[in-house]
Amino acid sequence: MKKLRRTMLFAPASNPKLLFNTAIYKPDCILFDLEDAVKYDEKDAARDLLVEALKVVNFSKCEVFVRINPLRNPFGEKAPFGELDVRALVPAGLTRMRLPMCEKPEHIVELDRLLSQIEKENNIEKGTVKIQASLETPTGVMNALAIAQSSDRVVSISFGAEDFTRTLGTDRTKAATELFFARSQVAMAASIAKVDAIDTVWSDVSDIEGFRKEAESAKNLGFAGKSCIHPSQIKIVHNIFTPSMEEVKKSLEIVEAAKLANIESGGVITVNGKMVDIPVIAKAERVVSLAKGAGLIK
Amino acid sequence: MKKEIFINKAGRELPIYIEGYGDVKGYEGPFAINPTGKKYAPQKSVSKPGISKVLSNLKEAIQNSNLKDGMTVSFHHHLRNGDYVLNMVMDEIANMGIKDITICASSLTKAHEPLLEHIKNGVVTGLETSGLRGNIAKEIAKNNILGKPVIFRTHGGRARAIEAGDVKIDVAFIAAPACDTMGNMNGKDGKSAFGVMGYPMVDAQYAEKVVAITDNLVPFPLIDVSISMSNVDYIVVVDSIGDPEKIATGATRVTKNPTDLLIAEEASKVLIASGLVKNGFAFQAGSGGASLAVCKFLREYMVDNEIKGSFAAGGITAYLVELLEAGLFNALLDVQTFDGAAASSVDRNRNHIEMSASTYANPHNKGCSAHQLDMMILSATEIDTDFNINSITGSTGMIMGALGGAPDTAAGADLTVVVAPTMRKRIPIILDRVTNIATPGETIDVLVTERGICVNPRRTDLIEKMELAGIELKTIENLKDEVELLTGKPERVSYEDIIVGIVEYRDGTVLDIIRQVKV
Repeated sequence: MKKLRRTMLFAPASNPKLLFNTAIYKPDCILFDLEDAVKYDEKDAARDLLVEALKVVNFSKCEVFVRINPLRNPFGEKAPFGELDVRALVPAGLTRMRLPMCEKPEHIVELDRLLSQIEKENNIEKGTVKIQASLETPTGVMNALAIAQSSDRVVSISFGAEDFTRTLGTDRTKAATELFFARSQVAMAASIAKVDAIDTVWSDVSDIEGFRKEAESAKNLGFAGKSCIHPSQIKIVHNIFTPSMEEVKKSLEIVEAAKLANIESGGVITVNGKMVDIPVIAKAERVVSLAKGAGLIK
Repeated sequence: MKKEIFINKAGRELPIYIEGYGDVKGYEGPFAINPTGKKYAPQKSVSKPGISKVLSNLKEAIQNSNLKDGMTVSFHHHLRNGDYVLNMVMDEIANMGIKDITICASSLTKAHEPLLEHIKNGVVTGLETSGLRGNIAKEIAKNNILGKPVIFRTHGGRARAIEAGDVKIDVAFIAAPACDTMGNMNGKDGKSAFGVMGYPMVDAQYAEKVVAITDNLVPFPLIDVSISMSNVDYIVVVDSIGDPEKIATGATRVTKNPTDLLIAEEASKVLIASGLVKNGFAFQAGSGGASLAVCKFLREYMVDNEIKGSFAAGGITAYLVELLEAGLFNALLDVQTFDGAAASSVDRNRNHIEMSASTYANPHNKGCSAHQLDMMILSATEIDTDFNINSITGSTGMIMGALGGAPDTAAGADLTVVVAPTMRKRIPIILDRVTNIATPGETIDVLVTERGICVNPRRTDLIEKMELAGIELKTIENLKDEVELLTGKPERVSYEDIIVGIVEYRDGTVLDIIRQVKV
């Protein structure tokens, strides 16, 4: 069964209430943020809070990611908080982290090495901690595939439109034409690397229709899910990224028929009067997997 | 003083006699009491031609009403935090040197803080109300400034007590947004319109003297009459009876708080899974928070499935008016209008129907509409593992809430759902034992929180229906433990022996007592 990452709900780690309340909205993933959402003078306190929360809070079925601070500053020098975050969070039980402003494979390799070292120091099995690479600049997007393939720890790559448009020297528009190429590139790279692509946030919480359209386009482009900044966005994304029961029923019929016909070696079969070949079967299997992940079927 | 104690059916230890209250009859169950005897009736009165009821000022009305030391006066709280009438009347009573007055109010709000001085000066020595908040509540809970217990009654319980003669109102003061020269009144016309007049309808019928206080005297006859001139003795015209803008101090619009919305959505799933949301169903939800938000989700389901309800009842908000005007309910039964938009609907919509507090919730009224409810949504400050609800005191033991109509509707509705967050400001709301019981657990069916849904084990039928609908349930004990893992188990407050409040059940039995908080 595929682990679903349809929604990734942001929550600043500096807010104690959100540490134990975010899971109640049942996003597939929670992203506790130690980076942009936390002021410099609150970084240490937020990290301490998060470490304690990871030890005691039951996050139910949510996959918990933490957006750590970057390991390096834009000039390539060691940044102050990134390594401290990693060193504190891994022993506390964190197994998923998002590396912000990831621009090249070397950024992942550096985090990979640090994680290996910390895992060893804490008797944690090597490779336990997985990485989500956050691609937020044109360079990062152009290197998407190399980044996604740079370590076995990378389980997903995410696209950040705000920094991307800032670095590109343009503005983010609701039509999102300026993002089209970048989003496609990220989704394709993820597909090739067999990791999940997570789409950017939609900042205007009150514009529900705009959000819905962007989530629909993310799904069509091939993203596995979308970052969310408000609980009200969760249901919308889940509805879009979860197949309808009708789709599930048809897909189950196709998968079942394919099993009986034993057509792995090629050829076509007919299901309910329609021609079904290998790509159609693969799509049906994906729908069945999504439906299982979403709890629609067992 | 007799000191014997006993335990009532809600498991509360009570003395058999309370000074300032009398003999205690303990709660025995929601419908255990069968009333006997006749209703109370006020003295006969006389009407002669040519005598004007309109007096020149409040003092004259108080004098003519023969108000004396030791008597009981009544007020209503339709103007809620915008009410001016209670304070102006009590100030005049104090000025006239009258003492030892008991106030029987449908509720007391923060607008009534000046009462504190009248209590301290001995003008007011008794309080009977649905709720109490602010400094008066604090001073009573901490310092027993009243010297005898406040009697808390539900909206239905108050109407019952007045009809039964348990409370004898000597003078009822009624704030009237429109009043004609003979005393016909309504609440929906005039600059201070607040909607319906559900509470004082009872007072007017049973009080010895009735004084209408209006800022909108109109020529006789008033067209739409809520309270008839037949029961009115005197009329006093004042500049203003209140500020209707301050009626809607609680949230009367659908919340945007994501936790409340989550709870509301889960609650609506419970209602739907119960099978009760069908053509002709009757519904009530309290105002504010998750309670009102349930209507939003219910509305979507009703529209999608072409369901039309019979009536929505209780305190009526603008949102319920929207549902009425969208054709989703046949009628609104209104005892208290909660905001200006809803107040204007009383005039506009023939099927926005005014009802008295007795018709609304009195268990001994032949037409009690609370008993016709299919479902009721309540909120709570605390709930315990026996599903008892507290809405009257906080976890600090401080009096800070009201009974309202919750115990009435919980007893009457087929399905009573409590919506509440599991913690407020790090204080868990699920306890082994609530600080005080306002609504007995045996009348509560489901608790819906942001962390899970619990069905009262008494309702095996509901448990089955929820499971059939795929709704995951938790036991209330497990949910309590889960929350305490996050909050810890708070220390309970200590009390003195002195009883500062009595929580009457709607039938007049004693459900619980509130003791003075040890400081």
